[in-house]
Amino acid sequence: MTTSIKQLPDIEQVLSGNGACGGCPATMALRIVGKALGTNAIMLLTPSCAVASMGMTPRLGYNWPCINICFATAGSSASGITHALEIMREKGRLQGELPTVFSWVGDGGTYDIGFQALSAAAERNDNIIHFCYNNEAYSNTGVQRSGATPRGAFTTTTPAGKRQTKKNMALLMLEHNIPYVATATVAYPGDLYDKVLKARNIPGMKYIEILAPCYLGWQFDMPETVRMSRMAVRSGAWLLWEGENGKISFNHPSSLIISGKKEAAPVDEYLIKQGRFNRLLKGPDAESRIAAIQGDINREIAFMRERAKITV
Amino acid sequence: MKSVTKPYRPISWPMKGAGGDTGSWRAHRPVIDNQICTKCQICWVYCPEAVIDRNEITIDYRYCKGCGVCAVECPTGAISMLKEEE
Amino acid sequence: MKAAQVIMDTGAHAAALAVKSARVDVIPGYPITPQTSIMEAVAAMVENGELDARFIPVEGEHSAMAAAVAAAAAGARVFTATSANGLLYMHEVLHMASGGRLPVVMCNVNRGVFAPWTLWADHQDSFAQRDTGWIQYHCSSNQEVFNTILQAFRVAEQINIPVMVNFDGFAISHCLMPLTLPPQEDIDRFLPPHSPEWRLDPEYPSSFSNVTNASEYAPFRQMLSDDILASIPLVKQAAQEYKDITGMWDGDTIDTYRLEDAEVVAFAVNSMAAELRLSIDILREQGIKAGLLRPRLYLPFPAEDIIGALPQNAQVMVLDRNYNFGHPGGILASELKNALFGRRSDITVKNRVMGIGGIDLTRRFMAAEIRAMMDD
Repeated sequence: MTTSIKQLPDIEQVLSGNGACGGCPATMALRIVGKALGTNAIMLLTPSCAVASMGMTPRLGYNWPCINICFATAGSSASGITHALEIMREKGRLQGELPTVFSWVGDGGTYDIGFQALSAAAERNDNIIHFCYNNEAYSNTGVQRSGATPRGAFTTTTPAGKRQTKKNMALLMLEHNIPYVATATVAYPGDLYDKVLKARNIPGMKYIEILAPCYLGWQFDMPETVRMSRMAVRSGAWLLWEGENGKISFNHPSSLIISGKKEAAPVDEYLIKQGRFNRLLKGPDAESRIAAIQGDINREIAFMRERAKITV
Repeated sequence: MKSVTKPYRPISWPMKGAGGDTGSWRAHRPVIDNQICTKCQICWVYCPEAVIDRNEITIDYRYCKGCGVCAVECPTGAISMLKEEE
Repeated sequence: MKAAQVIMDTGAHAAALAVKSARVDVIPGYPITPQTSIMEAVAAMVENGELDARFIPVEGEHSAMAAAVAAAAAGARVFTATSANGLLYMHEVLHMASGGRLPVVMCNVNRGVFAPWTLWADHQDSFAQRDTGWIQYHCSSNQEVFNTILQAFRVAEQINIPVMVNFDGFAISHCLMPLTLPPQEDIDRFLPPHSPEWRLDPEYPSSFSNVTNASEYAPFRQMLSDDILASIPLVKQAAQEYKDITGMWDGDTIDTYRLEDAEVVAFAVNSMAAELRLSIDILREQGIKAGLLRPRLYLPFPAEDIIGALPQNAQVMVLDRNYNFGHPGGILASELKNALFGRRSDITVKNRVMGIGGIDLTRRFMAAEIRAMMDD
């Protein structure tokens, strides 16, 4: 059973009055992550909205020890910390339960510049949790395309809409044969909480990606953040799943779409709410462009359904 | 180990209001109608700013940025967004 | 008291033995010629239990330095090593180590930089990192490599500034020389356990290097600049106490040979400076009052000690194994002139670039060069 809202712990690791935009999905998600990780954790951040909003020296809006690191280095920096903690405990310089070492990184720092170091940390199976809060663009620098930007989306570096599809980053991480991979999004806090709690108790490399609809980058109304997250899941544009030692299972409500018990909502309802697809939805070839995006989603659903059948 | 440091190292310390009194950013103020509120805590769980008291369902206006997610997500329509006085 | 042990060993392996003696906790490593032998030796020592540490086989030098600084922020004693393009690849993270005041120690095994590819020694790689805020030693023998790594940890941890220990690829890294290993208890006396006054600690959460306003950023940079200069007395103290404990001496900020009455002073770093002692003997036999001044520290540049050591009216022959692009000659000559300007108008500075890409620098060749430079 998914943890209910009322069962979530009181603990707040994201402190009120930080510098994030109102309605920020990343801080929304981080609050839930904090409830699952508790205070005994060390946080790494690469340049991102989180860094821009965590407070300026000497003020900090999170209640963890945090380290700001170079953009490309989430994987290797987290490895450095986890190995340091482990050897210091082995040598008797640290006592008690070791802190959870986790990276809080955007899609740029995960899909793009941070991919190499992250892949290597996964291959080494170092004991860390890598969170990718995915707002599908470089939002902090003013919304430029990333490897996570979906086809058709306007960004300041894809003025005609992105022509390529996004990567399936979570699946790429799964194929590193790491013990745990999960996807989540802000509309389903109990699901996110349970996944973080599970990851925290698994040794080795864990990867959790959280779809974080950013109203500035996606161009929807600020209060609609959670709705947009829900629509992403209902349309199948975002699938909730977890992979334990390579075996995939789908979570509600994505499980219903995968099993065919429920039809995914047509993608145009999801797209039409987002200004970033405006250019796509106007003009003579709008239908074929929407069909291409629907095709991307259908392909991912079909692919993941088949991939989940491999259970050896 | 007490994590004290000399001033040469760029260190920051946890505090509320690290981004200032962010309530001043607010254009609209969420107001809860206690007659309608069922204390389901949905507003609390989705609040990005952690400004809603989950038991009392009250809002810390010093830091609430007025994003309005709580009002949209409230299943009973107990939260209205009222324009801040000029 | 246990006696010191004398073995024959390469410079790279001497570095690995120093890492072991320093009781390092974490060693992220990535192979690059000619540094690779250090990492191979360290990985083997960790595997067979000789060295109680974690070796992290990272996927590149940028990650090696990233893992190193992060491990240092977690409170560990950290070492890594690299060469040439590996060092250049680390550049961004080198700034993080110094700006964040994290006392990492790294060996850079000097090698010329790409393009075109070369495998052999010159000093373009380490000098190119001048402005990263690292303290830089340059060593001229295998023994000095061993000794300096231990001194580097002490200085780094005293002042919270990372230290780079440079020595030449192949001429030092791969050549066998006698190596004296002091007893471990002597080394432990010289280098106490690492206990940083700050680390990432959930009991006392604090954040490292948030975005910082100019009004705070500027003082941090000023303090870094001041403290790099303030490391000079610590470098001297470390050299002196190391000598008191082990009896070994490689110089402190500078090393000199037959300098006192010299009229012609050779000025160079690393292995060529060891060979230069023989060139000085040749020149002396030829009736030239020659001497050697070898900066052991490149950064901070030991200006006061150089000014104090140079004999009156000396001609200083700077032999640079690097280019100072945009200027005639090399980087050391520039640094020296900068130090002398307005302070020692009696000194003449002459400069030649040589030994680029590992061209062999023999005692006879350098003696001849110095003779020729007297007529420059």
